[in-house]
Amino acid sequence: MSRHALLALGNGKIAPTDTIPSVPLDDLRELVIEKIAEGCQLFALHGFQDGGALTLQVCLGDPQEGTLLLGTSPLPDHYEAWTPNCPQAHWFERELAEQWGVVPQGHPWLQPIRFHASARPGHDAWGRDPASIRIGDRDFYRVEGDEVHEVAVGPVHAGVIEPGHFRFQCHGETVFHLEVSLGYQHRGVEHLLHGGPSPRTLAVAETIAGDSTIAHGTACCHIIESMAHAPAPPRAEAVRAIALELERLANHVGDLGALAGDVAYLPTASFCGRLRGDLLNMTAALCGSRFGRGLLRPGGVRFDIDPSLAAELRTRLDATMRDVKQAVELLWNTPSVMARFEGMGIVTRETARSLGLVGPCARATGLEGDVRADYPAGHYCFAQVPVSVWETGDVFGRAYVRWLEVQRSVELIRETLAELPEGPLYNAAGKLEGGQIAVALVEGWRGAVCHVARTDREGRFAVYKVVDPSFHNWIGLAMALRNNPISEFPLCNKSFNLSYCGHDL
Amino acid sequence: MLKEVFSRVSQGYRTADYPRKPPTLPARFRGRPRISTGSCPAGCEQCTDSCPTGAIVSHEGSCRIDLGACLFCGTCADVCPDKRVQFTQEYRMAASHREDLVEHAGNAHQLASALNATAQRLFGRSLRLRQVSAGGCNACEADINVLGTLAFDLGRFGIEMVASPRHADGLMVTGPVPTNMALALKKTWDATPAPKLVIAVGACAISGGPFAAGPGAPEGVGSMLPVDVFIPGCPPHPYTILDGLLRMLGRIEDGFRKP
Repeated sequence: MSRHALLALGNGKIAPTDTIPSVPLDDLRELVIEKIAEGCQLFALHGFQDGGALTLQVCLGDPQEGTLLLGTSPLPDHYEAWTPNCPQAHWFERELAEQWGVVPQGHPWLQPIRFHASARPGHDAWGRDPASIRIGDRDFYRVEGDEVHEVAVGPVHAGVIEPGHFRFQCHGETVFHLEVSLGYQHRGVEHLLHGGPSPRTLAVAETIAGDSTIAHGTACCHIIESMAHAPAPPRAEAVRAIALELERLANHVGDLGALAGDVAYLPTASFCGRLRGDLLNMTAALCGSRFGRGLLRPGGVRFDIDPSLAAELRTRLDATMRDVKQAVELLWNTPSVMARFEGMGIVTRETARSLGLVGPCARATGLEGDVRADYPAGHYCFAQVPVSVWETGDVFGRAYVRWLEVQRSVELIRETLAELPEGPLYNAAGKLEGGQIAVALVEGWRGAVCHVARTDREGRFAVYKVVDPSFHNWIGLAMALRNNPISEFPLCNKSFNLSYCGHDL
Repeated sequence: MLKEVFSRVSQGYRTADYPRKPPTLPARFRGRPRISTGSCPAGCEQCTDSCPTGAIVSHEGSCRIDLGACLFCGTCADVCPDKRVQFTQEYRMAASHREDLVEHAGNAHQLASALNATAQRLFGRSLRLRQVSAGGCNACEADINVLGTLAFDLGRFGIEMVASPRHADGLMVTGPVPTNMALALKKTWDATPAPKLVIAVGACAISGGPFAAGPGAPEGVGSMLPVDVFIPGCPPHPYTILDGLLRMLGRIEDGFRKP
């Protein structure tokens, strides 16, 4: 046992920043490694400048206790990398190096992830001149040998899809290694959130990953509401939960259709394409936007579900789910589909655990993490969602977990519509309290969305850290492709369906 | 095989009867905003103070909204003490010129005009587009993708999204075009054979949207390429996009369908 303790904080709760223990860096590393061995998950590991001095802040989730554990440490320009003993930190340390120009010594593969200048002029982990930084200008892992070849794809891909670069090391058809190089979508989200909240804050949060508008928007609202001591009323949280589950439904159903499309099984592909739209239109019935834009506001929601809308949503959901069930069950009963899904793109539970994967990709390997169950906030404090788990870790597992989640989300929406709490939709959120920290976790459809914020003395965001589930999961796709044919890349990729802009911020 | 046939019959024919009939839009849909005539109370800046992108500004005692920057969040309509801003059900908003996107009290809407006769002859019955997401958040992309589903069936209009710029008649660009995508967009443009079109979809692609204030101050695709059609929204409704495309091709005019 370490002699230090971390600050335990509830999801969506605040604490004064001076109550976060500052621990010597080596002790903090040992403590984090110990906690992860006990089953904790690394949700954020980031730097910030506190009066000029660079500080490292860690946020772990303890699913047993249902709390978030926070600690800080002074961060020198060079330090011993955590990754060799704590693989969950691998992408975070690359981000740290890029954002702050620190060097985690001994990191096994220290490469930039977004290709921008560091926030500390004169400090660059790779000794580059900021003016010379070019997107994609980095070392790629290379396999050498007879008949080994390299395939480069992107940034602009063949479909209507976001940009990113993939570099495959192949031997014939077989992929030995896939390297994912992103950063093309980098828009400066954290920079734009810094100094807030402002009228722009929620608009930026909603577009961190546009298909996760409600997930990121809710996390941002929870941060603001907790710091302004103005929690959203229960009715608003119930409406948010309905919108979040509709977002999950639309994306999962769309993904199941797209997976069918990638194995050339067109009935489910075309049915689900339409059904996904029907689900998006339910969100539009709620707030006018198919993606939930304009529904949320700090302090509550802007649209109510009156009894007639509740009845309409129930009827539409029933009709849509009848068709979804039929469309999706075709998949499980079609041998040519199952032959492609089963055993393809396996990520083992050990790999998923050690790399810290989240969401359906992790649950498909048998890991049970789900923010809604482990760290409930808002409406999920009252509504229980069974965690959907499968054991195989393959494309089928990732597809089937989505199907299980679809069914459970529908149940949750039905229950919530039937018992909407009475009361107002909105509590005016005033000024934020200064010198506080808040962490908000939301289980988006891709997994845990994590926002961490610290306010300065005046109650403005001095630090706003965003961790999209894709940040954890891109490495999972690389692992899934190992020793599989390159022709299976589209299928494996779709089974993860990760966000580029959510990663690039 | 029988299962598939049964499902096909059971799921039914689902392609919308657009443009023969107007689309069905949700009751809370926020389309083109309308600013009522008259003047605002002196010193009232509630709408401008609460706009996330600065799309609404004071103008000659009233206000005006740049639809190219508007996120259609509806906040200005909520905060206006006189309820002078209202978002209507009008989904048709595509314009050929950036300045036509500025909405003010009593303005005559100038929707996108058809391409010239030569371009219509070339593209009118067969248009191939390469989509480039340049910092798009995947909402515009998703609602472009949805045009390919059976509900909209873009193919019946002779329009298709293609995998290579070499096969394309134009680019459909989303996102604010951040620094890291500028070169890839330029290369895609260069690889597209002339004559070629550019369609800017969504607030980010038209003006940078909420990211215009970010690093590098991206201003959308117009700062880099000549834009033929601007389709506002965040994201635009699929029917707003489809309307813009068909209008550009001269396939629909003021009504729903060219007689």
